[in-house]
Amino acid sequence: MQLTGSQFTNASAMAGNDVATFPDFPAEIRAPKGTRAGVSGFQVQFAADEIFTPGDELDVLVAMNPAALVTNLSDVVPGGLLLVNEDSFTDKDLKLAGCHTNPLEDGSLDSYRLVRIPMTTLTRKSVEDLGLSTKLADRCKNFFAMGLVYWLFGRELTVTLEFIQAKFGDKAEIAQANERALRAGWHFGETTEIFDIGYRVAPARLAPGTYNNVMGNQALAWGLMAAARQSDKDLFLGSYPITPASEILHELSRHKNFAVRTFQAEDEIAAMCAVIGAAFGGAMAVTTTSGPGIALKSEAMGLAVILELPMLIVSVQRGGPSTGLPTKTEQADLLQVLFGRNGECPMPVLACRSPADCFDVPVQAWRIATRFMTPVIVLSDGYVANGAEPWRIPRLADLPRIPVRHPKATDDGRPFHPYSRDALLARPWAIPGTPGLMHRIGGLEKEDPTGNVCYNPENHQRMVNLRAEKVERIADDIPRQQVHGPEQGEVLVLSWGGTFGACATAVEHCLQQGMQVAHAHLRYLNPLPANLGDLLQQYRQILVPEWNRGQLRMLIQAKYLRATIGLNKIQGKPFAVQEIVDKIQTIHDCQVPK
Amino acid sequence: MSSADLPVLTAAQFASDQDVRWCPGCGDYSILAQMRRMMPRLGVPLEKIVFISGIGCSSRFPYYMNTYGMHGIHGRAPAIATGLKAVRPDLQVWVITGDGDGLSIGGNHLMHCIRRNMDINIVLFNNRVYGLTKGQYSPTSPLGQVTKSTPMGAIDNPLHPLSIAIGCEASFVARSIDVNIKHLAMVLQRAAEHQGTAFVEVYQNCVVFNDRAFQYATDRETKLDHVLELEHGKPLVFGKNREKGIRLNGLNPQVVMLGDGYDEQDLLVHDEQATEPSLAYLLSRLRHEDGFPEPIGVFRAVDAARYDEELNRQIQLAQANRGIGDLEQLFHSGDTWTVTENENTV
Ligand SMILES: Cc1ncc(C[n+]2csc(CCOP(=O)(O)OP(=O)(O)O)c2C)c(N)n1
Ligand code: SF4
Ligand SMILES: [Mg+2]
Repeated sequence: MQLTGSQFTNASAMAGNDVATFPDFPAEIRAPKGTRAGVSGFQVQFAADEIFTPGDELDVLVAMNPAALVTNLSDVVPGGLLLVNEDSFTDKDLKLAGCHTNPLEDGSLDSYRLVRIPMTTLTRKSVEDLGLSTKLADRCKNFFAMGLVYWLFGRELTVTLEFIQAKFGDKAEIAQANERALRAGWHFGETTEIFDIGYRVAPARLAPGTYNNVMGNQALAWGLMAAARQSDKDLFLGSYPITPASEILHELSRHKNFAVRTFQAEDEIAAMCAVIGAAFGGAMAVTTTSGPGIALKSEAMGLAVILELPMLIVSVQRGGPSTGLPTKTEQADLLQVLFGRNGECPMPVLACRSPADCFDVPVQAWRIATRFMTPVIVLSDGYVANGAEPWRIPRLADLPRIPVRHPKATDDGRPFHPYSRDALLARPWAIPGTPGLMHRIGGLEKEDPTGNVCYNPENHQRMVNLRAEKVERIADDIPRQQVHGPEQGEVLVLSWGGTFGACATAVEHCLQQGMQVAHAHLRYLNPLPANLGDLLQQYRQILVPEWNRGQLRMLIQAKYLRATIGLNKIQGKPFAVQEIVDKIQTIHDCQVPK
Repeated sequence: MSSADLPVLTAAQFASDQDVRWCPGCGDYSILAQMRRMMPRLGVPLEKIVFISGIGCSSRFPYYMNTYGMHGIHGRAPAIATGLKAVRPDLQVWVITGDGDGLSIGGNHLMHCIRRNMDINIVLFNNRVYGLTKGQYSPTSPLGQVTKSTPMGAIDNPLHPLSIAIGCEASFVARSIDVNIKHLAMVLQRAAEHQGTAFVEVYQNCVVFNDRAFQYATDRETKLDHVLELEHGKPLVFGKNREKGIRLNGLNPQVVMLGDGYDEQDLLVHDEQATEPSLAYLLSRLRHEDGFPEPIGVFRAVDAARYDEELNRQIQLAQANRGIGDLEQLFHSGDTWTVTENENTV
């Protein structure tokens, strides 16, 4: 392990990062292999900025056996990545490490991102044809682990390849085996889509309460379960696995005792359609995916809009286009979810700003969906989804009730009209099984209010407008947009989604420098809060930092005819606070008359 | 209320108030009529029945039934039905699809729906053409068929719906013909009564774009020579005078004349309950153009595990083992900590 660690240090130094190392040798050098005392660790920190504290917290732990896992676990940050050699978690290994239950299975690793990898098997496979003894082959597995970590952090293999040649050059097959294992580890990382970045927030003063560390996808799953409870509904999830959304499927699949039904469909189209079927049947129906999945779901999402049934569509964004950068974050699917459907096809859109926020947003989204009878989109992103942060556990009694009504037949002899509307323009959610309310719905244009198929031109325009107006009116039902900072000033930073942490910290920093700057972070992207237009008038310049080429900016400029400035980072990684501070500074300085 | 106490419904009560808009003479009318006629026999109340369809002439069907219904999008009805049945096992769910809808754009969903074996009844109206889009060839159009999109004849090999269903391990597979009204009603009823996915292919005449495609099977003069009505436990006999039969020659089916060296004991005997689907598959491959009669009736009807039942069983099992889920407890699982007012004021 020590050898592995120093190699990684070298590779990181080559990459231009500041590096601090903290070799953690076992005190008892001869401690038996596999026992806790015999764990050999090597911790490497690397960062773009200067490092002051080597060896305090770990973002990634590579554990070659149970002993290594349990001894180092307390140093790993919540939401940190555990890369575990699952081949060495046999009963014998567990006993050696003094584990009574298998940590990979007993739930004790729930607040980490656990990746189980059969490292021994894969390493042996990678050197199979070299004719090494098993013992020699198994020695290569540290290089496998190293290859994986190199991939994760985008380190070059070259330095280590040279090292292998220099060190083992005279033993050709050993050199070759180590090189094979190193490359196999790298390739494993690439093909299995392990997410490399975690959300980090500066430690802040926390409001009184009981806290749990949650990861974004986990909080999102819990939020969905809470929304189901608050509306007295059973939750149905129709989903198809995709990075970085799959953990929501995994998490919900574990909670069958909450009557959560999860359905892994044959593709995203089927997942979306199953959700439509479940919504028709009266369930709280949800689908979870990422951008490529949304592309497949689009036609069915249009059906959901014209059916006017409540359901949630969760998109955890990743780098695009196409398969793009599956394990990197981006927020370039805003326009996709707003406009990526045929016809006039409006859908409300909400976005999560942090891991803990992933709990609240689905609850609000489901409230809107049921109150207005509409599908609703929840946006998250890879950074938020894989990050962890302290979450104040709500009391169930404090969560909003989400009342849902299913009509019954009346005796007044009047026919049932599935497209009659209430004051909010919502139609009744009449579900199969209700005597006397039999009706047919579908994707063909509906007659207002009977719901019968109708090709009348004026009716079509009326229905298009009704569907649009219904969504627009949600603006009167959501909170007014708040700002942090002065109500008027030079610069407003307008942000949405996972950029929250960096934007908020940057604005705070600038405020302390005495700048006239404020921050507005949007949760509701469609419709936008009713007061947003007026609010934008209160600042001389609007800065919109986004992980895309300016999608929110385009919306704002189109809707409010207000020029804005973009700060656009499309590198698959979050903003550094300083990048935003610098930009604010530039704008601020050229605005304030000297 | 047991079904015996339910008021007996009539075929007319299954008709919605919408005008039926298929072309005059379209085979779809007959299928609709047989469905409405058969339904009262099931004793299921109107509100417990849901018809779900894709897109196509055939997929207009749900609008004409006075039950719950959804006209979905092209090819996706099996997926919509799957979601509905997953959360509402109490409903009787039907899927209405066409040869294009079910086998072209929706082939994937059809395949997965069948293999999951939920209690859903799928009726595929096979007119061997795209009706709604005005006459392009379909995945079941025979080689050489001249249509608007194949002016020199179709050059892709056709699919055979029942062979596909059997390949997906369907637990119930049957075929009927739009004009064989009694037989069709019988087959639909058997499908409804089957527990698990029932897949029914109906030969359906499109008078406008593929008229007489099934003439060989419906013409009064020739149909008995070209169609073989399957009966469980009976030898495969057909012909105007029931003078012909099908036997196995090695692994291949062979048409033989009875009396001409063969008698009924030499013939294949139909067994719809056979665990192995080989016989059903062999029957599904008998083609008119290869000189065989085409079987109608129930090819296969076996018991198999159902996804909808298993899904709900797992929920019950989880609740029995772990207790009904408690959110507070879940939220407090793992390492939690408490921040007090005091810590906050420092
Ligand atoms: C996504 C999509 N692609 C294409 C169409 C056009 N379309 C509608 S029905 C149909 C074919 C229908 O054929 P079939 O399923 O055999 O039904 P039939 O009309 O013959 O009953 C096509 C291509 C559509 N509605 N949606
Ligand atoms: S086009 Fe063919 S299938 Fe469609 S309604 Fe007319 S006859 Fe029937
Ligand atoms: Mg057709």
